[in-house]
Amino acid sequence: MDKKRIRNDLILLASILLAALAAWGVLKLAQRPGKYVVVEIDGKTSAVYPLDTDLRLDIKTEGGHVNTLVISEGRAYVESADCPDKLCVKQRAISRTGETVICLPHKLVIRIAGEGGVDTVS
Amino acid sequence: MKRNTKLLAVLGVSTAAAMILSYLETLIPMNFAVPGVKIGLANLVTLFLLIKIDWKSAAAVTAVRVLLSSLLFGSFTSLAYSLAGAVLSLAVMGLLKKTERFTALGISIAGAVSHNAGQVIMAVILLSTKEIAYWLPVLIVTGTVTGLAVGAVGALLVKKIDLKL
Ligand SMILES: [Zn+2]
Repeated sequence: MDKKRIRNDLILLASILLAALAAWGVLKLAQRPGKYVVVEIDGKTSAVYPLDTDLRLDIKTEGGHVNTLVISEGRAYVESADCPDKLCVKQRAISRTGETVICLPHKLVIRIAGEGGVDTVS
Repeated sequence: MKRNTKLLAVLGVSTAAAMILSYLETLIPMNFAVPGVKIGLANLVTLFLLIKIDWKSAAAVTAVRVLLSSLLFGSFTSLAYSLAGAVLSLAVMGLLKKTERFTALGISIAGAVSHNAGQVIMAVILLSTKEIAYWLPVLIVTGTVTGLAVGAVGALLVKKIDLKL
């Protein structure tokens, strides 16, 4: 009985990992080179910048908080921020559609939009 | 002692243990870029109660732990994320337990993965950005690892501790 349950555990584990791999594959295949950097605060688009123009600016978020966005050599990232976890600073620079840099404490999402413009991805 | 009194005592001690584990977890720096990567130490208590007593006890202690630890070490936002994770993982672990076809390890892994999935779903809702789904593969994999570790300890506790309820 217990052998059977351990076998079930392994099947479960394998299915979960396969699902992760499949999800990763689908998401990767859907990616295209990006055109725009879209800044969203609390679910609303607050600014859009071209990905091919270098830029450094402070994004003001809720309660006077700041995330410093840098666009350089076709990639966008958060250089510094005053959020408690600093996870947005640690996230990788983004350049392809669907990629994001997210600061949960500041409800800030920076994402890449593609050729079709900005409104295609809501 | 009467069964009810003893059960109440066990649940009280379990809640305290879960709170301590939640607190310990806040002390461990997790240097991952993806938010939501956690060990889920407190899930040890949920898992133990689920297997040793019943789903109701596990759910009650988990609810109190999530509310209290968000109040003490978190914020309203962290409460929303914790709740989403806890509800989904409790549901999944309860279902798997009911089938009687998985060991504590399997239940724990599924619980950790669904906990992370619940948090991603909540992030998609709160930030209305479906791109957050890109974190899902990473969080599924980290969930299996942490779930395995917590499940291994949980299985040991289930074996060693005799509640005699
Ligand atoms: Zn941040």
